[in-house]
Amino acid sequence: MIIKGKVHKFGNDINTDDIISAKYLISTDAKELGSHCMEAISPDFSKKVVSGDIIVAGNNFGCGSSREHAPLALKGCGIQAVIAKSFAAIFFRNAINIGLPFLELDIVDKINDGYVVEIDISRGIIKNLNTNETYNTQGFPKFLQEIVEDGGLMNYIKKRGNKNV
Amino acid sequence: MSYTIAEKILLAHTKNKDIKPGEFIEASVDVALGNDITAPIAIQEFKKAGFSKVFDKNKIILVPDHFAPAKDSRSANQCKILSEFAKEQKIKNYFEVGCMGIEHALLPEMGLVGPGDLIIGADSHTCTYGALGAYSTGIGSTDLARAYVDGKIWLKVPPTIKFNFSGKLNKWVGGKDLILFTIGNIGVDGALYKVMEFSGPVIRKLSMDDRFAMSNMAIEAGGRAGIIEPDEITLEYISKTKNPKLKAKDFKSKIKDLKSDKDAKYDKIYEWDVTGLEPQVACPHLPSNVKGVSALKNVKVDQVVIGSCTNGRISDLRIAAKILKGRKVMFGVKLIIFPATQKIYLEAVKEGLAEIFVKAGGIFETPTCGPCLGGHMGILTDAETCIATTNRNFLGRMGSPKSFVYLSNPAVAAASAITGRITHPEEVI
Repeated sequence: MIIKGKVHKFGNDINTDDIISAKYLISTDAKELGSHCMEAISPDFSKKVVSGDIIVAGNNFGCGSSREHAPLALKGCGIQAVIAKSFAAIFFRNAINIGLPFLELDIVDKINDGYVVEIDISRGIIKNLNTNETYNTQGFPKFLQEIVEDGGLMNYIKKRGNKNV
Repeated sequence: MSYTIAEKILLAHTKNKDIKPGEFIEASVDVALGNDITAPIAIQEFKKAGFSKVFDKNKIILVPDHFAPAKDSRSANQCKILSEFAKEQKIKNYFEVGCMGIEHALLPEMGLVGPGDLIIGADSHTCTYGALGAYSTGIGSTDLARAYVDGKIWLKVPPTIKFNFSGKLNKWVGGKDLILFTIGNIGVDGALYKVMEFSGPVIRKLSMDDRFAMSNMAIEAGGRAGIIEPDEITLEYISKTKNPKLKAKDFKSKIKDLKSDKDAKYDKIYEWDVTGLEPQVACPHLPSNVKGVSALKNVKVDQVVIGSCTNGRISDLRIAAKILKGRKVMFGVKLIIFPATQKIYLEAVKEGLAEIFVKAGGIFETPTCGPCLGGHMGILTDAETCIATTNRNFLGRMGSPKSFVYLSNPAVAAASAITGRITHPEEVI
């Protein structure tokens, strides 16, 4: 899977309240949630994002609550992938489970706000199209790649058959 | 093989013969918990994928607690999705307003979770039950939907960090201070993807309520679980729960020797002597921004919130009442106290604590997560400062992004309500 998009840069410890404030958790609709994405820390974020854009952030992206509304809101406002130094564990699960692609990269400092990057998710390769640099990441273990390739956890479970259906 | 307590519990819930950190496992859960924010998505995903019957109605728990009692009609609808699903699937552990409490205080109180259990909950503070010696961890809505199907969860076995606390705790210092001290030391990602095991002589003397407060905030350091080996204090607690079946022998037979092996491998071991530690306060806007209370005596507060899944238990309310008895809340300060469950509410009424709170000029709310997550029943506006016994002080967590939240134990919060600024309890009592 190859993804190309413009970068929106964020710092460390972007928490789930930043991504989508609790007051909007009365909705499960990705588009509605997306219209309030990052509202408290970047008020015009959802208006600035063009569908297909990419977030690049520092350590511990998605820390805080378990709300799946956070990756849903990112998807809903048009973000198609996230690159960060590290991800909080529940956000990591949620992004895998709903099929929001992401990669962990140590040297996020090399990517500035507004740059354009191209990501090969399955091979874990990031191309910085502004500097022509290429960064290799660890990518995902096979098990997690299968979930993403199946289009999320529920499809993965269905595909492998379950007597309970 | 030698294992930590977390590894032992995970191993007992898989078909694996061995387990080690970094491995992916499929584990069978004892409890799958959801609330009015997270379960609606889980139910939607479960149905959308074409499933119609949950794997085991007795292992599913639904608690509408976040925006309940419903703050508006859309929240009411989310709660209704839970009640209708419970009815349809014959799930008996659904807690309607009136029985409802904050999930992480309610489940232990009801005896629905216990030592050796593997518990998943679509709420990050599910790590609270680690205090009982369970492996308990926060997951997302789709994880929950999948568990509804086959009772399973995918997990990457986390390494464990051990925290050994020794020394003698000062008066007015408890579990909340120890966990704030810990997060202040290691940071909000200091235990990222890892299990936190709390140990040492100080922990062995802590009450269950203090242990719950510690395990509850493991997630604030990025921890997957915050686990404490069960002991006599745990046994005494579970014998008093509303589930008489939950007895020591049940969990002891389930997992042999429910403690970490002497030669278990740890990612890291911290040894801390906490003698003389003063009450700890986390400053805006991260739980790791921790200072001793005395460094903050000039910080004025507009609101004080005592309650939540961290510190809304009866011993927390008793501490608050001890400080507020016969005293008055500072003019202009809003004091909001919310017990975590109906049982705690009733105890507070019977013991006269509710009367003390009202006479002091505070309000005594119904159990709800409301104020803690900026949901309802105590929201902050621009430039307001709050000291709360809750667990998160992120930007805008309790309302306006221009407000400020400090986190403390109940004694500091109650003392601050009297003076109108962040205050050491010794100053008022």
